[in-house]
Parts: sequence; C-alpha cells; structure tokens
Amino acid sequence: MPTFVYMTRCDGCGHCVDICPSDIMHIDSTYRRAYNIEPNMCWECYSCVKACPQNAIDCRGYADFAPLGHSVRVLREEAKGTISWKIKFRDGREKDFVSPIRTTPWGSIQSPAELAVPNEEDMKSQELAHEPAALNIEGGLRTLRPDQFKQVVV
Amino acid sequence: MGMFSKRKTVCVDADVLVIGGGMAGCGATYEARYWGRDLKVVCVEKANIERSGAVAQGLYAINCYMGTQWDENQPEDHVRYARNDLMGLVREDLGYDIARHVDASVHMFEEWGLPIMKDPETGQYLREGKWQIMIHGESYKPIVAEAARKAATEVYNRIMVTHLLMDESKSNRVGGAVGFNVRTGDFYVFRAKAIIVCAGGASHIYKPRSVGEGMGRTWYAPWSSASAYALPIFVGAKMTQMENRIVLTRFKDGYGPVGAYFLHLKTYTENAYGNEYESNWYEHTKELVGDYIDRHPVPTCLRNHAFLEEMKAGRGPIRMVTKEAFQDPHKETVGWENFLGMTIGQAVVWASQNIDPKHTNPELTTSEPYVMGSHATCSGAWASGPSDYAPSEYQWGYNRMMTVDGLFGAGDTIGGTAHKFSSGSFAEGRIAAKAAVNYVNDLRNEQPRVSEQQYEDLKKTVFQPMENYQVGRNEIVAGTISPSYILPLPGLQRLEKIMDEYVGGFSAHYTTNTHMLNRGLELLGMLREDLDRLGAEDLHQLQRAWELKHRLMASESVTHHTMFREETRWPGYYYRADHPKLDDTDWHCFTLSRYDRESNEWEMEKAPVYHIVD
Repeated sequence: MPTFVYMTRCDGCGHCVDICPSDIMHIDSTYRRAYNIEPNMCWECYSCVKACPQNAIDCRGYADFAPLGHSVRVLREEAKGTISWKIKFRDGREKDFVSPIRTTPWGSIQSPAELAVPNEEDMKSQELAHEPAALNIEGGLRTLRPDQFKQVVV
Repeated sequence: MGMFSKRKTVCVDADVLVIGGGMAGCGATYEARYWGRDLKVVCVEKANIERSGAVAQGLYAINCYMGTQWDENQPEDHVRYARNDLMGLVREDLGYDIARHVDASVHMFEEWGLPIMKDPETGQYLREGKWQIMIHGESYKPIVAEAARKAATEVYNRIMVTHLLMDESKSNRVGGAVGFNVRTGDFYVFRAKAIIVCAGGASHIYKPRSVGEGMGRTWYAPWSSASAYALPIFVGAKMTQMENRIVLTRFKDGYGPVGAYFLHLKTYTENAYGNEYESNWYEHTKELVGDYIDRHPVPTCLRNHAFLEEMKAGRGPIRMVTKEAFQDPHKETVGWENFLGMTIGQAVVWASQNIDPKHTNPELTTSEPYVMGSHATCSGAWASGPSDYAPSEYQWGYNRMMTVDGLFGAGDTIGGTAHKFSSGSFAEGRIAAKAAVNYVNDLRNEQPRVSEQQYEDLKKTVFQPMENYQVGRNEIVAGTISPSYILPLPGLQRLEKIMDEYVGGFSAHYTTNTHMLNRGLELLGMLREDLDRLGAEDLHQLQRAWELKHRLMASESVTHHTMFREETRWPGYYYRADHPKLDDTDWHCFTLSRYDRESNEWEMEKAPVYHIVD
C-alpha cells in the first residue's frame, strides 16, 4: 500500500524523508511538502506514517490488487510506550488493536563502553560481551570438543 | 569535464568498518565497541539505522531462541533442525556457534526494553513454536539501533556503499570501502583495517508476482539489494550455496507470515475442495528425495512442493483454515497483531477485500524466489569457523572471516547458516565483531595501504550513471526513452524477467535446466554490458542504479551455482528439470564459487559437508 501525503496537513518538516528505508519520501520542490516519489518501491512498512508529527501520511492499498475504501491507521506514542491501530474494512467494519512497544525509557540503554574493560584472556575466549552471565545457564558457554562430535563427511 | 570532478571526496579512517546497520550490523557495532574500547568503530548505512534492514517494520516473533536456560533446547538441537530443513546441507560449525550465543543476545534485547510475551503460568517466554518466541516488536529495530548508536564512534546514514577497496601492500587483503551520500552527492572513502559486511540479501532479482504499483510488496524488503553478496563477490571472496534461493508460502498478495498461524493459532491448510492435500504428494516426493520426506518437521521446501503440485493439479486456491481458531478472541487478536507488527500490508489487503479470517478462510500463495542467508535458506559468503571446534577445512583464520583477509560478515552475508533470523543475525554480528577486533589488534601497525588512485578511479565509476544521463538527455525531447542510456527501473525489470524465465522464477514453475541457464547467462552478460550505460537523473536514481548493479552481480552468481549443482536438492525452491532428483552420492556437498574480476570468469568447486553433531 503505497503512502501518500495530505496537502493540508504536511508542513514539510522532513521526518519522513529522514526515516524512509527505501528513500522514496522526498520534498516536492514547488509545494515544499513531502510526497512518495516511487510508490512501486514502497514496502508499506509505515515507518514514515509513524514518524509524521502531523499525521499527514496515509496509505492506500496497491491499486493492482487492493480494492478502494479501506484504511489502516496508526498512532505511535513513544512517551506512553504504545502503538494503536484502527483497521477499517471496505464494507465499513472496524477493528482496533493496541500493543506495547518498549518497557524501558527511550535512551536508557547503556553503552558497552561503560562496562568493565575485558582482560587479555577474555579477548581470546569464545565468550561475547555479557557472557556467560547473560546466558543464564549453569556451566557457561557451550562448546563442542573434538572427542564429543562426530566429524563425518558425506 | 565530467560531473564527478566537482564532487567532494570525504575520507574517513576507521579501525572497524561495519557496512549496513540492520540487525547484524547493530550487533557488530555493539560488540566491536565492547572489545575494542580504543578502536574507531564506524557504521555506514544506506538508509537510517533507526529503521533500516529487514526489521525496519518490526517483528512479532523472534524465530531463533533456544531457551537453554529452561532446558527447552540445546544448541545441538538447532543444528539438527536447520540441517534437516535444508536437506542435509548446512555449516554445522557456524550454526552451532550462533545457537550457543543467541539466547544471551535475546536476553539483552529484553533488558534494553523489548517487550517479550510471557507464559502466564510458567513466567517463561511465550512460545510460538519450538524455536520461536512472541514479542511486541514494533520498536525492535529502534531499540537495537539505540544500542548501536551508543556504541559506534560514528554512524553514517544515507551512504550507499558501492565497492570495497583492496590493500595495495598485501594481496587479497581488504583496505576499505567507497560509496556516496544519497542526499549530498559527496563521495565517501572509508579506509579501514577490518570490514564487517552486514548488508542485506536480495529481493527483486526475480520478477515479483505483483507488478505495477504493487511491485514493492515483495516478501523481503525492496531495499534488500544484494549488497551482502555483490560487495564480497567483486573482490574475489568465495561464495557458497548461492543456488539455494528461497520461495515462501504466504498469505496471498500481502505475503503476511504464516508461522504464528500454523504454530500458535493451530490453523491448517486445505485445497479448494476442503481436503488436506500434502499426503497426496507423499509417494511422488519420496521418489524425488528419498527419506528426506520422512523427516520431522517436514522440510520447508517439500511443503512448498506439495503446494505447487496441488495447484498444478487444478485444486487451488489453497486456503488457510482460520475460521475455527478466530472464534477465540485471544487468537483473533494475535492473528491481526501478527501482521500489524511485521507485515502491515497484509492487514491492508484483507481490509480492502473484506477478508475477516473469522468468517473467511484466506488464500495462500508461493512467492517469487529470494536469495538470502538468514531465513530457511543459506546463501552467502564462505566463512572461517570458530577456533574451538570447527573442522580444519572450515578454519583458515578468524571466525566469520571470508576468504579475503580482513573481510568479515554476518547475517544475510554469511552462507551455510540457515534459520538465524533477526536474533541469530545480531548474534552473528557480535561473533564477527569480536573476531574483527582481534584481527585489528593482531595487525598492530601493519596498516593496509589504499592509494588515491584506487579510490579516484572508483569515483568516476560510481558517478558515471549521472554523467550518462546528463549527456544522453540532450538527445531527446522528453520522456524516459533514450538510445544512449537505460534508467534503473527498466534495467531492473529486464533482470527480473531474465531470472524469472531462465533461472527458475514463478512463471516457469521454478523450473530450469542447463540450456535455459546458459541462455540466461548470455542475456545477463548483455545486461551487464548495458549497465555501463545506466542513466541516473538524480542521486536517488544513482542509488537505484547501484542497487541494480549489486543485484546483477548476485544474479550471475545464483545462475552459475544453479548450473553447477546437477541435482534437484530443494524441490519447492527450484527444479533442475534435467536432474530432477536429489543426488546424495555426488551432491551431498557445498557449492563454492569465486569470481575473478580481471578475467570475468567464475570458478566453481565442491566443498565437503562435515556433520559434527549426530
């Protein structure tokens, strides 16, 4: 479902241009507002729809297989940590869904540079950062010893 | 004067360069910083790492989680599962390595704030299937990207990497990468000691079922432009299993995923007459592949095969029986949220066609083929295995280093390791990064040398499509048709048509033979010549031009590999009509290729499959 932009809502802020993974949301040079320059490379991922502060972007299903009259609207609220969806069928039926998106404050992830510096011995081990603790298993990181495995060429 | 001469060149020096900031790239960036505290770690991404890669849209499940902490599975179990699904051929050393590390990565995601669903009775992660856990993953990628941004020295968004640079002081050693900024048009030169390719696999090398406006509704993201393969292939890295393309059975038109439907909602498929159909094709499939059909679970390709045969027999459409399960309001919610979390387009298709699965059993289809290394398939680069147990023939250096020194990979880039998915790709990025840091430390002061000549030559090549357009455009009044250049979109459509018709796309019933492949190679060769005359009107089209060149490189590799493997190993993914059966006597092996850019020749060879887990 390629995206499109409502003329009266878009203020040309460019958030959609900045986020689009397919590089297809661009600013129109005449109207100074965003539009989808290449609908056939749109994955309907909704990254631009979610990022638009003006709710100016919507999608209309691909005309080559999606009949008109439907809508799938979304509201992503980072502060609340939720995403809300409203699905409207061609025949008018509606469905609503709400899901959590994150359980911790945005920006709260610790940089690995703040963790204790690994020693020389750790550098040569098979363990990665946070291991073995993050594995949460007895006996540490698993390995196969040559006497354990069968090495057979078929 | 050419246009390229006016363009600014920006040089960036790095110790570790991560190309592509998807799941694998974010894992690599994070881990490189952990082990390389004083190293310069640079991540370069074609889009914006906040929403890039295959997980841009979110995910509703993590498909690779062992649950070893609850004794659900051991790493060996996952090796057996992936081997079985891929008809016996996986790099068991690499697969085991991912399986032993992946749980810790998932635990990190949860700590970072990813909402993972829990079983209310046990408190354990809610299982969708034996390997899959369910998540509210709308922000999976932004969360992982936050970790990578904090770890990186610098992240460069909106730079399309076009080529790798080679060290001029030591042969077969990588020295950097070049690309261009799709906003400013600046030419970027990254000189690096170690490079980790974490770019995407390939959509749009085969003609998609949906054309026109709907062409972008591919199963894998349209921005997955095969850079994972083109970058290493061009500098002579060996590739493996490139013939092992994947075809997906999915909900029709939207390609909405079926995993949660089968595994969690317990829906099932039936033909137009309301009958189970897979058993109809049991004997027939057994003749083709022997006892692989008796394995559990039935390999993905063989289930596709039954689907295709049933459709050919005229008993379609095949539908997913959802009406029973969707009477349960919890299951109905899961069914819809599953799409809204990762394939919103399927919800749109159903809304537009008034398909409410509570009242209508929706149709399924088989997709066009894709080439990638992280799902139920394992195309990619031939990489060195872990030093603690990999067989010696699989070990020539640092873990996840390709056959080019200093060149590492993860995710879709690395071959032989099916079923890693998002979490396994992230874990593999971490594995590769630790090895890359060790590599950089071991180099000490022996730095790769990259001359200005090398990258200035590439600069001309990179911007050539814009020059082609500027010159050729003056010949014509208006429009897109020029005798001097072709635009990226028709070029892409030619590629897709060749691959579809000659190399086993959906319109050929995924079937090819040596004659078709030879003809395909001739046409691909002419396309390659024509791509020197691609025209790009602006920087956006220049990105499309380079994506197309990368897709062509991968397509040639796929075609050579398909030709080399004289058997039909994965019926349901593709068929060699001239070698219709699985042949374990001659082909229980990996296929390897190496491209020589001087001679434009492809060398093919076999490599042994070591089964190290019983």
